[in-house]
Amino acid sequence: MDINTKKLKKNAFRVTKVRGITASRVRVPGGLINAEYLGKIQEIAEKYGNGTVHITTRQGFEIMGIKMKDIDKVNELLQPIIEGLDINQEVPGKGYSASGTRNVSACIGNKVCPFANYNTTNFAKRIEKAIFPNDLHFKIALTGCPNDCIKARMHDFGIIGMTMPQYDASRCVSCGACVKGCKSKSVGCLSAKNYRVERNAEKCVGCGVCVNACPTGAWTRSQKKYYRLAIMGRTGKANPRLAEDFLIWADEDSIVKIITNTYKYVTEYIDKNAPGGKEHIGYIVDRTGFMEFKKWALDGVELPEETIMKENVYWSGIHYK
Amino acid sequence: MGYQIHIEKFNDALKALASEYNIYAPKRFIGGGTYSDTDRIRYGEIQSVEEIVFDVKSEFSYKEILTPISQTLFYFTEDEVKEADGPTKGAIVFLRSCDLHAVKRMDDIYLRNGFEDFYYKRIREKTKFILMGCQEAFESCFCVDMGTNTCTNYDAFVNVKDDMVYLDGTFTDLLARMEEAVEVTVSPDFVTETKTKVHIPENLSLDVMDSSMWNEYNERCIACGRCNFVCPTCTCFTMQDVFYEGSDQKKTGERRRVWASCQVNGYTDMAGGHSFRGDKGQRMRFKVMHKVHDYKKRFGYHMCVGCGRCDDICPEYISFSACINKLSDAMQEVEK
Repeated sequence: MDINTKKLKKNAFRVTKVRGITASRVRVPGGLINAEYLGKIQEIAEKYGNGTVHITTRQGFEIMGIKMKDIDKVNELLQPIIEGLDINQEVPGKGYSASGTRNVSACIGNKVCPFANYNTTNFAKRIEKAIFPNDLHFKIALTGCPNDCIKARMHDFGIIGMTMPQYDASRCVSCGACVKGCKSKSVGCLSAKNYRVERNAEKCVGCGVCVNACPTGAWTRSQKKYYRLAIMGRTGKANPRLAEDFLIWADEDSIVKIITNTYKYVTEYIDKNAPGGKEHIGYIVDRTGFMEFKKWALDGVELPEETIMKENVYWSGIHYK
Repeated sequence: MGYQIHIEKFNDALKALASEYNIYAPKRFIGGGTYSDTDRIRYGEIQSVEEIVFDVKSEFSYKEILTPISQTLFYFTEDEVKEADGPTKGAIVFLRSCDLHAVKRMDDIYLRNGFEDFYYKRIREKTKFILMGCQEAFESCFCVDMGTNTCTNYDAFVNVKDDMVYLDGTFTDLLARMEEAVEVTVSPDFVTETKTKVHIPENLSLDVMDSSMWNEYNERCIACGRCNFVCPTCTCFTMQDVFYEGSDQKKTGERRRVWASCQVNGYTDMAGGHSFRGDKGQRMRFKVMHKVHDYKKRFGYHMCVGCGRCDDICPEYISFSACINKLSDAMQEVEK
C-alpha cells in the first residue's frame, strides 16, 4: 500500500491505529447542521465505514473504520455535506481542502439559549469563511455569554458574548431582582442606591443576567453586540493554560481582522522545523513576546471607542517543561 | 354608520391630532425583548397606524400611560412642596376590548373607591380610547368567559385591513379630520370564542385558602411579579421618598408612586420588620382570589378581564387560567 499520509491528513482523514484504515472528519462550523446531512453521514458510515460515528470535541463527526482505498468514494459522498454547510473548498468533489485550521465551534448561542448574547453560529460561520481552508493550526471557539459553555478559554481565540446593559430608570420598580440576580449568578456589580440601580461598569462582565431578571423591561440589551476576546489558551503537554483577556467590549469586525492578521503573524514566526508544520500559536507568542504579536494582530484594526484593550497580556497555567 | 379612509389620510389626521395629544399604541421595540435578538411589543408613542402591532398581543398593557411605572407626585424642600406637572397634552390610546374593560376597573379603584386620585384623574380625563378590533383571540385569551370581549364605551374604533382604515365613534376631534373618507357601515371586530376557557365556581369562598392546590406554587413561583406588572387591572403601588444625593444635608427630594407587586418580596413588609404571606402559594392565592372573588364582593363584577398576559409572561409557565380552573376541585376538597 502506497499512501501519502501528509496529503491524507490534509484532506481531513486520519492515520489510525489500524493499518490501512482511516477515519473521515466532518467539520460543522458553528455546530449547526441540517438534519438531512446526518442522513448522509449515516450513509458514509454504513457504506464505507464500520457503521459508527464519533462525535468530536470540536462539534464535528468522525466517521470511523473507513478503508484508505475508499477515500475518493467517501469524498464524493462528502460533497453535498461540504456544500450544504457552505465550507470553502479548493477542488469540488475532492473532500476537505485542509485540516490544520480546526472547526470553528460554538455553544448553541441565542438560537436557543436565554443567556446568550448573540448568534454564535452565524459569527462562527463568518470566521470559518474568512480563514478556511488553511493548514495552520488554529483553534477558535465562540460562546454566547461568560458562562463559557464551549470552553472558549481553552482556545487560541475565545470569543465570549457580552451586552452593554441599558437601564431605563423610569421603568424601574426597585424590586431588586437585578441586584440579587447579578450577585447570585454573576459578579455582583449592581447595587441599589436611592431606589435606583447603579452599575459598576468596571466590574460588569456584560453577561445580561440583569436583563433576564428584570420584570418590567427597565434593563434591556444594547443594540450593539459586544465581545470579550480571550487569547492563547491551550491544552497540551508543555504548558496548558487558560486564555487571557486581550479585548473587552470589542466588535465583530475587529475580531475577524485580528484573527486573519494572526495567520500572517504565524506564517512569519512559526518554527520552520515544527513537527508536521504544526505549532500552537501561544508558543509562538511566548517566543516572540506579546508585543510583537499585538503589532501584527492590530494591523489595520480600528477598535470601537468603548473597547478596553489590555496593553500587555500575561498567562499562567501549568509548566511541565 | 362609519368611515372608510385610506391609511395615509388617517395618518394625516393622527399627525394633526399630535399637537394636542400624545398618541400611544402597542408597538415593536426592536431588540428590546428580554432575550438576545428578540423584540418587545409594548406601549409607546406612535406617529402612524403602520407602527401599531395588531398581530401580536402587547407584553405590557396600556396601564403605564394612566399610571406611569414610576411617577413623581411632588417635590419637597423642608418647608415647601411643589406638585409635579402633569402631561401638557392629552392622550390617545389604542387598545383592545379587554383592556378597555380594564380601564373601568382602574377608574373604580382610582376615582370611585372613596376619593378621587388627583394624579390619575388629571391624565384620565384627557385620555381618549380607540378600540383595536380583534378578528380572532390569541391562544391565552379568555375574554369571552370574563365578559370583556365586546364593548361600546370607546371614543372610536378602528379596523385596519390592508391599506384601509374603517372607523366610527364619538371622538369628534378625530372624526372631523376624516378627509376623503367614504361613508360606510362598519362595526368593530369582536371575538366570540376563545381557545382558553375558564370556569369560576359559583360556590367559591375564602375557605379555598385552605386547599392544598396552592402548595405547588410554593415551588414553582419565583416571585418575580411579572404577572402583576403586565396585568391591565393590577393597580397596587408603593411610595418612595427620595432625598437627593448632594442636596443640603439631604433636605430636598421628591415623592414617587411606583408599581408594586403582591408576588414580590417586601409587599407585605410592615413597620418593625414583620412580613406576612411569605409562602408563594399563598401569594398566588391572594392574587387569584382578588381577581375572581374579592374584588367582585366590593364592586359587583370580576377584576380579571381575561387578557391572558400573565399566562404569556410567566417565566415558570404558571398559567392563571389553569389555576382558575382548579378552583372547583379545591372547593370540593375544603368542603369535605
